[in-house]
Amino acid sequence: MKILVGYKRVVDYNVRIQVKPDGSGVVTDGVKLSANPFDDIALEEALRLREKGVATEVIVVGIGPADLTAHLRNGLAMGANRAIHVVTADAVQPLTAARVFLKLVEKEQPELVILGKQAIDDDANQTGQMLAALWDRPQATFASKIEIADGKATVTREVDAGLEVIEAELPAVITTDLRLNEPRFIKLPDIMKAKSKPIDTIEFGSLDVAAHDHLKTTQYAAPTKRSKGVMVKDAAELVAALKQKGLL
Amino acid sequence: MSKILVIAEHLGGKLNSSTARAVSAAIAVKAEAIDVLVLADSVDAIAAEAAKIDGVSRVLTIARAENAHPLAAILAPQIAKAAAGYSHVFVPSTTFGKDVGPRVAALLGVAQVSDVMSVEAAHTFKRPTYAGNAIITVEANPAHTVVATIRSASWPAAATGASSAPIEALSIDAALPTHTRFIELKQGSSDRPDLQSASKVVSGGRGVGSKENFDIIFKFADKIGAAVGASRAAVDAGYVPSDLQVGQTGKIIAPELYMAIGISGAIQHLTGIKDAGTIVAINKDSEAPIFEIADFSLIGDLFKLIPELEQAL
Repeated sequence: MKILVGYKRVVDYNVRIQVKPDGSGVVTDGVKLSANPFDDIALEEALRLREKGVATEVIVVGIGPADLTAHLRNGLAMGANRAIHVVTADAVQPLTAARVFLKLVEKEQPELVILGKQAIDDDANQTGQMLAALWDRPQATFASKIEIADGKATVTREVDAGLEVIEAELPAVITTDLRLNEPRFIKLPDIMKAKSKPIDTIEFGSLDVAAHDHLKTTQYAAPTKRSKGVMVKDAAELVAALKQKGLL
Repeated sequence: MSKILVIAEHLGGKLNSSTARAVSAAIAVKAEAIDVLVLADSVDAIAAEAAKIDGVSRVLTIARAENAHPLAAILAPQIAKAAAGYSHVFVPSTTFGKDVGPRVAALLGVAQVSDVMSVEAAHTFKRPTYAGNAIITVEANPAHTVVATIRSASWPAAATGASSAPIEALSIDAALPTHTRFIELKQGSSDRPDLQSASKVVSGGRGVGSKENFDIIFKFADKIGAAVGASRAAVDAGYVPSDLQVGQTGKIIAPELYMAIGISGAIQHLTGIKDAGTIVAINKDSEAPIFEIADFSLIGDLFKLIPELEQAL
C-alpha cells in the first residue's frame, strides 16, 4: 500500500507573527520556516504504518517554490521513500492544492492520503476535505487514532462532542489531529541518507489545474489586544468584583 | 440580493446553539432570505427549534435514515444540491462544519471562507490566520456561491422569538455513498453545561498537577454552574479528555466569564478565549502571560485560593 502525505512548509510555530505596517502581509523575511506541525504528525503516522507492514511506500508532497527542496529533504530524512515537488512561485489556496493532489492521486494511485487537519499559516482546514470530495472518496478528519485492516480504515476523530469512530473504505483521505502521535526527531545519518532519495519535480503549469484563486486577501491586520486588567489581593475581593459585574 | 442557506448542527435530536450563531452572521449580510437546512433521520423536533430563531425565513428538512449521523461524505452531496439558487451557504465553524463545509465547497467548485469573524459586505469577510495573530480581510468572487464557516465565538446566538418560520420538507435526488460508516460516539457523560456554549467556564492547566487534583476544578465549576475546560498542557498530561481543550487547536469559546486556573497562557490558549467577556486568571507565577490579558488577576496557590473562593461565594 502506498501512502501520499502532504508536507507543507510554514512559518515556524515558535515565531511571533508580525503584521507588516502597510497591511500587505505578515513579516516572513529572515523568519524561521518549518514543516507544518500537523503534517509532521501525518508523516509520522504514515511511517508507523509502513513499519507495521501495512504500507510499503510513503511519498511526501510539497507545493511551492524552487527552494522547497530543502524542506522536502527533511521529510525524506524523517523516513519518506521519495518526494514529489510541485513547483510554483505562487501561494496556493486549498481548492487549488486539492486539485493538485487529485492529479497526483490519479498518477500514483495511493490507498491512503494523510494530510494535516490544517496548516498553521492560513488555518483554513479545507484541503483534505476538498480532495476527498473531488476524488469522491471517504474522509476522516481530525484523527486521533487510525487502524487499517481488511481494506478499511477505522478512525477515531476528535469532535466537539467527544470521540467519534468511523469506518472508511480505502482509498480514503485522513487528516491528523494533535494527539495522533508524537513525530520522531530527524537523526544525522538519516539526513545523509536522504540526499540520495529521489525528488520528482513537476511544474505546476503542466498539471492542467485551474489556478485562479477564488479568494482575494485585501488586508492583514494585527488582532485587537485585550487591555491588562486589575490585580486583586485575595479571594474575597475577586468574588466581590465578579458579583458586582453580575457574573456570580 | 443575498439568499443564504444555513446548515443546522444538532446532536441527540437537539439543535446546537452554533446554528443560531451562524444565523446572526447571515443577518449581518442583510440577506433577503435566510433558510435553515436540517439534515437528520428524524427532523421534526430539530426543525421546530430552528423555526423559532429570529430572522429565519424558512426551515427546510431532509429526513433520511442515512442522515442519522453527521458524516460529511453523506451530507455534502445533499447540501450541494440544496444550495442551488442560494448566494451563500453558511455552516458553523465547529468540528461538524469544518468537516462538511469544505466538502460542499469542493463539490460546488468554489473556495471556502473559513472562520468568519465579521461580515464587511456580502462578499467581504474578516477571518483569523496564524492562530489569530493576523486578521485578514478576504473578498470572495461574487460570481460564485460563497461557502463559509462561521466562527461561533465571534457571533451571539440570534434571539428566539414566539414567531415560527414555516417548515418544508425538501426532496433531494442525490446518490449517497456507502463507503463511510458511523461506528460510535464516545461522549464524556456530564450534567455540566456544554463547554462550547456555556456562559461561565472554569479551566485548569498544568498547575493543577494531576488527574486527581482536577477534582478541585470540577467541584468549583459545579458550585458556580460553570462548564469545565482545560489547557492543552493539561490535556496532553492526561488530566482530562481532549474534548475539554480550549485554544486554537481545541475549542474557541466566548463565555461571559472565563476563569483560567493554573494556566500560564500560551498564545494558542489565549487565541481560544480572547472573545470572552471577563477573564479571571489565578496563577502562582506572577510572570505568567495570562495576567497580561486578564481582567482580574490573583496571584497565589490555587489549592489555597479555590477553597477561599468557595467560602466567599
